[in-house]
Amino acid sequence: MNLKEWIFTTDHKRVGVLYLIGSIAAFAVAGIMAMLMRIELSTIGPTITANPTQYNVWLYTHGAVMILGFQIPALTGFFANYCIPLMIGAKDVAFPRVNALSVWLFYVGVILALLTFFIPDPPDVMWTGYPPYSTITTGNTAMYSFTVLILGFASIIGGVNFLTTVAYMRAPGITLNKLNIFVWCTLAAFVLQLIFVPVLGTAVSLISMDKYLGTNFFDPTKGGDVLTYQNLFWFYSHPAVYVIFLPFIGVVYEIISVHARNAVFNYKMVVYGGVGGIVLLAGEVWVHHLYVSGMADWLRIGQMVTTLLISIPVGLMMIGLIGTLYKGSIAFNTPMLYGLGVVFLFLIGGLTGIPLAVPSLTLGVSDTYYVVGHFHYVMAVAGTFAIFGGVYHWFPKMTGKMYNEFWGKLGFWLTFVGVNIVFWIMMDIGVQGMPRRYYDYAHFPQFESAHQWMTAGAAVLAVGFAIAVLNWIMGAINGKPAGDNPWNSPSLEWTTVSPPPHGNWPSPPAVAEDWHPYGYKKA
Amino acid sequence: MHETIRRGAAGLAALFLSAPAWAAAKAEPAIPDPARDWDRLWNEVIFDITIIGILFAIVTAWFIWQGRRRPGNEVGASPKLSPASAVGWVVIPIFVFLSIDLYTAANGWVLWNTYRDVPDKRLEIKLESGMYSWDYTYPNGVRTQNELVVPAGMPVVLRMTSRDTLHSHYIPDFRVKEDSMPGRITYLWFNPTKPGEHIVTCAEYCGVMHGYMAGRIIVKAPEEYAAWIKGEETKLAAASAPEPAAPAASKPAKPAAKKT
Repeated sequence: MNLKEWIFTTDHKRVGVLYLIGSIAAFAVAGIMAMLMRIELSTIGPTITANPTQYNVWLYTHGAVMILGFQIPALTGFFANYCIPLMIGAKDVAFPRVNALSVWLFYVGVILALLTFFIPDPPDVMWTGYPPYSTITTGNTAMYSFTVLILGFASIIGGVNFLTTVAYMRAPGITLNKLNIFVWCTLAAFVLQLIFVPVLGTAVSLISMDKYLGTNFFDPTKGGDVLTYQNLFWFYSHPAVYVIFLPFIGVVYEIISVHARNAVFNYKMVVYGGVGGIVLLAGEVWVHHLYVSGMADWLRIGQMVTTLLISIPVGLMMIGLIGTLYKGSIAFNTPMLYGLGVVFLFLIGGLTGIPLAVPSLTLGVSDTYYVVGHFHYVMAVAGTFAIFGGVYHWFPKMTGKMYNEFWGKLGFWLTFVGVNIVFWIMMDIGVQGMPRRYYDYAHFPQFESAHQWMTAGAAVLAVGFAIAVLNWIMGAINGKPAGDNPWNSPSLEWTTVSPPPHGNWPSPPAVAEDWHPYGYKKA
Repeated sequence: MHETIRRGAAGLAALFLSAPAWAAAKAEPAIPDPARDWDRLWNEVIFDITIIGILFAIVTAWFIWQGRRRPGNEVGASPKLSPASAVGWVVIPIFVFLSIDLYTAANGWVLWNTYRDVPDKRLEIKLESGMYSWDYTYPNGVRTQNELVVPAGMPVVLRMTSRDTLHSHYIPDFRVKEDSMPGRITYLWFNPTKPGEHIVTCAEYCGVMHGYMAGRIIVKAPEEYAAWIKGEETKLAAASAPEPAAPAASKPAKPAAKKT
């Protein structure tokens, strides 16, 4: 194993592992930012920094890196790379060198994001980068623009690659109705990336042009318009939520089906109703991020309806998940605990989103901790649990070794308890009026004890995540041999040796007529 | 769930049958209280989602328990769906979700109209927000900063703009906020029913000191308010006896965000 081989690899599995290592590093950094913020907020007034800009930089880094450096790359970089070719019986992706380019770009983007800590004028524009602040701040907005552009480009070329791969490189016999749910979900996510990332690229480019080149796209005194940016930004960034949601729910489908040894409930409903419905609706709901931004009233009412309609495909996907548990044979090992955890966290997150679809109700709770709690439940925490569960699930395949169940379960329970303490309390004080993005809350002294509880909860969940990552590292070094198919799954990735060699199978896999990735038989 | 379905169905019917009736309902003379209506709708939606959530959670927990792996249950036995039941599992949930959605949307829309239709009898205040203050201007020219004094029982509408970055005038007690920004006028209104004090806080990230951008709304009894505004008017007249030049049209140079 030498470093040069890894850096210049074109093997989709190694590219995937590189994505995993980079995104977990990003997760660690962004997680530390979250802890610093929680400690700062544990008392009214300055706690560990007297400089609000310092806090705003942590907040910017936490949001931007968690989304662009951790969740999207872990899901559409690591899982897609590692699993899709194996699941469809392909030797590799369609364009292996393009794939290598995408992981290099990803590292460039992450390094750029981390340089935030070493430049004198770090960006403090939040991950949304709204003008006019982003064009007048002394913080380095260009850093933000280029980080987004590079990570976005890495993601787009990944998208082209995987759409081609699934279209042309499926093993004989794998029809569209025999694709793993994860493959469907990820394809849909890449379709969304291809359509919407260019809009985000435009938005952040225009910001930097306004700030550094003297253009006036967003300056109303010279004919520009402030709201244009928010529309462009959310026209991508709402679909981006589904770019995260779809692959993570796909991972959860794999986990739950395999560890319940049960066929996915109503496969076509999940694929065409759930995944298809989300793709159709994804681009028509962005205004719900702008309900209090001064948008035209008819747009707010129109997108209230489309936003509420999202509950239909998402509800079908939940029915599919819960139906897969029905009459199953459920093993409560670590990946399954994370998978089941996602079902409950997503249930809370999804339902608390319903009031946020209604513009009149958001007049009360928009931009408060209620929103922050909601989207952490629905996307941040549910997504991260799915990623952790997925890494545990495919850990024996990647390393050929087994992780430690005890530490795995302990890590899960600590994080599960921790996130519920943090984000439940967060929603509660949000409804009572605590606004988000506050370095200090001197005029809301009644929330101090709630903030202290949240800080304590954050410490608990941080320990849980640290245990999980250490468990992987120890397992990869000296875990027990796992065998090729420890979960007894008929899905194709488990039919080759662990870890799979370059090229994946010694000879191309063929599937029987009655084969299905979820066709479980008695062991 | 039954209750929700019934309400949902009622909402669906309401949406299609009674749309014209909403328009007519505006004629009532009493001043609406959006904050109270907000509480009512919020509690109702929270109640509904709690019921749905508990039902889903119980079903899931039951499936997990009865499907635990044990001797004699080594492989799942999910029933094979006939084409009809597969379609039914799509169509029926769609209609259930759709009716809940439309019911919620109909209620949300009614409340929305309350929030956006400003009563005719009202106090009009101009608000210019800036880093980091709320600057109010009364119809008679009186100006205040970070403190808005209003009479109880009179709806107050704020016509808002910003001289620099985005801000959001959030009054938690009145359940209302709306962003202000350069180049556009936005508005919100609220109904201060009784004397008291209410916090105003900024809800849109506006810069370094965002967390400190706070003010107060002081609701006075009508006669106290009349006395107060009279006094302010007199002060203003005294101060501006020689008519000062109108302040330069607000076209500020881009102010640099100061680091502290």
